[in-house]
Amino acid sequence: MKYVFLICDDEKTSSSMEEIRADPAFQAYDAEVDRRGGSLGGARLRPVAAATTVRVRDGETMVSDGPFAETKDFVGGIDIVECADLDDALALAALHPYASRGCIEVRPVWE
Amino acid sequence: MGVTAPETVRAAVDAAYRDEWGQVVATLIGLTGNWDLAEDCAQEAFAAALATWTRDGVPSRPGAWLTTAARHRAIDQLRRDTKGAAKVRQLAVLERVPIEPASEEIPDERLRLIFTCCHPALPFQARVALTLRTLAGLSTGEIAKAFLTAEPAMAQRLARAKRKIVEAGIPYRVPPAELLPRRLTAVLAVLYLIFNEGYDEQDGRRALAAEGIHLARTLARLMPGEPEVRGLLALMLLLEARRASRTVDGVLVTLENQDRSRWDHALIAEGVATLDEALAMRRFGPYQVQAAIAACHTTAPDAEATDWPQIAALYAELARLAPSPVVDLNRAVAIAMAEGVSAGLALVDELAESGRLDGYYLLPATRADLLRRDGRLAEAATAYEEALELAPTDAERRYLKARLCSL
Repeated sequence: MKYVFLICDDEKTSSSMEEIRADPAFQAYDAEVDRRGGSLGGARLRPVAAATTVRVRDGETMVSDGPFAETKDFVGGIDIVECADLDDALALAALHPYASRGCIEVRPVWE
Repeated sequence: MGVTAPETVRAAVDAAYRDEWGQVVATLIGLTGNWDLAEDCAQEAFAAALATWTRDGVPSRPGAWLTTAARHRAIDQLRRDTKGAAKVRQLAVLERVPIEPASEEIPDERLRLIFTCCHPALPFQARVALTLRTLAGLSTGEIAKAFLTAEPAMAQRLARAKRKIVEAGIPYRVPPAELLPRRLTAVLAVLYLIFNEGYDEQDGRRALAAEGIHLARTLARLMPGEPEVRGLLALMLLLEARRASRTVDGVLVTLENQDRSRWDHALIAEGVATLDEALAMRRFGPYQVQAAIAACHTTAPDAEATDWPQIAALYAELARLAPSPVVDLNRAVAIAMAEGVSAGLALVDELAESGRLDGYYLLPATRADLLRRDGRLAEAATAYEEALELAPTDAERRYLKARLCSL
């Protein structure tokens, strides 16, 4: 099954891309993803300050600044991965460094 | 073969429902991955059994008969409606796997079912409902009634849970070794909640306590090497043994005042034997410790003979394994009994100051009780009044009022 990891944290700290690439925890996670056949796509997102949410209600498009939900944590990136089942996906998600400081929302892909 | 007496058949179907429902549903889910189909076909198989067994006699292996009947129905239903790749796949599996198992050694599908029902990706209340529906065979209406929920809401909760299992890819299996300890803890929590829901209530929810015990017995048989499963079963049996004497005319009776001749001594013997088997495996856990505490109480010939130093030591062990302010409160009571009221009161006051039990009626109730034993009646009265404000049920309020009046 394909799963999307929504990688969330509170944005209190923001590492540079260079720092992330040099972080052994990220390297270990990437190595595990590669070992499983590689990522199917993913991206690191700009901070939530740059987010805009679109909702259409009764044919009317409503644009609001900010994230989709008012919570402490924000989606900071996504990974698309292929996993055998939810337990497998949860095990991989738990390896992502953000699982320890924010959270990873695991969502099955509608296939 | 002649016609079998209707009451004999009725009894055989009832017994099979109790013992085989979970296995029939679990096997069908294992074959098709389709939870609704499995439940529907199991239901139909049990309905057919009533008529067929009356005509042909009760089969020697009712479980195998019911599983086969349910499979035939699943095949019929899928043939009628073979649209979509999933249905074709389910049908192919159903038709390929031999109908008659080669021997009696069928791997028990119920374990896969219970671990899936209790998966942590499902909301806790849904785990409880799903376990009662698919494993214990309670109807949606019965579960709704037990949890004081409207039937449509309960039906929706069950449907959502089943949909999530399929859509999120929750695996239908017994978790591998590295996941097993935590997942087993989740299963035991569900079973204990089912038992407690039936234990605490005075009304028509009693059946839940029996279901909890039945499920724990089944799990203990299926996982003979897991001491905590036995520990939980022992705990349930030892609590159940005292149930008849817990209230008199709707008023709670404390352990020390309970009529011990009304305790169920066969259950106590079974509970103690089950606990001994668990302890012999020498891997202790919170359920075993709680069962050991219950055993200390139930094996004492009278309240005075209770081994309070042992109980206090067990609560200290429980606080280490599963820290909780409620455990600390119980330990304070045991210390009061073992070492004297003032030692216990000091611990209760410490707990009160920590604020960890704010709003919990047993904190002032326990304090009141210890103050009463210490002869500080005015302070005890104030504490009883405080507890009365917080007590959640009528039985508890009646008990506290009686205590307050007797000061």
